[in-house]
Amino acid sequence: MQSQTMLIRFELNGKPVEVEVSARTTLADCLRHQLMQTGTHVGCEHGVCGACTVIVAGEAVRSCLMLAVQVEGQAVTTVEGLSREEALTPLQAAFRKHHALQCGFCTPGMLATAHALLTEDPEADRARIREVLSGNLCRCTGYIPIVEAVFEARAAYVDKSAKA
Amino acid sequence: MKLPAFAYACPETLEEAVALLAAGAGTAKALSGGQSLLPTMAFRLVAPSLLVDLRKLPGLDRISLGEDGVRLGAKVRWRDIERDARLASAHPLLARAVAHVAHYQIRNRGTVGGNLAHADPAAEMPGVAVTCDAELALTGSKGTRVVRAADFFLGPLSTVLADDELIVEVRLPAWPPGRRWGFEEFALRRGDFALAGVAAYYDPDAEGIARNAHIGVIGACHRAHRLARAEAALNGRAADEQAILASAEVAAAEVDPPTDLHASAAYRRALVQTLLERALLRAAS
Repeated sequence: MQSQTMLIRFELNGKPVEVEVSARTTLADCLRHQLMQTGTHVGCEHGVCGACTVIVAGEAVRSCLMLAVQVEGQAVTTVEGLSREEALTPLQAAFRKHHALQCGFCTPGMLATAHALLTEDPEADRARIREVLSGNLCRCTGYIPIVEAVFEARAAYVDKSAKA
Repeated sequence: MKLPAFAYACPETLEEAVALLAAGAGTAKALSGGQSLLPTMAFRLVAPSLLVDLRKLPGLDRISLGEDGVRLGAKVRWRDIERDARLASAHPLLARAVAHVAHYQIRNRGTVGGNLAHADPAAEMPGVAVTCDAELALTGSKGTRVVRAADFFLGPLSTVLADDELIVEVRLPAWPPGRRWGFEEFALRRGDFALAGVAAYYDPDAEGIARNAHIGVIGACHRAHRLARAEAALNGRAADEQAILASAEVAAAEVDPPTDLHASAAYRRALVQTLLERALLRAAS
């Protein structure tokens, strides 16, 4: 069976994009293969590993478990959209400081998840951070440096939400 | 794996969605949050010819509380339940059970209706629905019918939902004040499917005697179901440790768990006993 193709429009990292996708194309594959935003990594392709996490309408989602056609009209943020230009965000800087990555494969998903969490809940305690990060697998770090990095980055989000 | 090819439709009304499913004659599938359906497709366990995306259907995302209980629209997400502060008192069992569902990202997309239609025996929501005598409103070409949760699930990934029917609402009966309850499950990692789980409640009378005991099992079964004998073992007795241990022992004998690569039937049986002890002891404390 030929997959139906459709033209969709959405906002990617603050810029409008228009792309022709197959109905069967996941958001992850659309981002990587068609929009060439390869920062989002695809691990398991069935919703277990969390590597492909992106932010849709402010909420962390697994981009392998969402069809590209489903983001029509929505705002999508990927790891490429977290920082402006070359400067690291406080969250990214905290990851570097705490050695919260080794091979780096899971990192874009970790960052997207943590960014979504701290944006909606800058007061998240360690237990909440651990619970949320349980949806993202990392085979290198043992997680503790990741939890510490996210915990330390909270301050930057508290300030942000105070200003907003 | 990549998803098998399919056609895609995104109707704006329930009638249109039902008509598309009817025309699909069993080869079309409704897509809600997609958190169960898309993995199933990635594994090529199902290959629908048409996905009918429900995202534009209006009015199915409400949580309403009334004297008759809690009504959850089919598109209510785990996230919505988690963030609705009213549910901690309006339906504490639901709130607690849903906290065990999968992970953050999945809770942001997964829906009550999709989960019930998927009918995984280890899923929490079918367990809550069956234990609490919930009713499911199903809409199809012939109109809307209401089915008891206990009659809805037929077996693993199998329900009475007709090809052209959609779950539109779940109705959980009102939760009386003073009800004692517990929910316990065991999974190897947090957020994984439970190897076994139990939901339990009873209404103590003025003398502290357990009445109206409802005990349901997930994971250690082919479909979520109540344990009538374990309930009978608790009903009419003061819910003390002795009664609780007796009920849990009956439950272990009453369940018929599967053996698979995750756990043996005997292990699941033992889990049911331990988890029900914990749930009822927590309920009684």
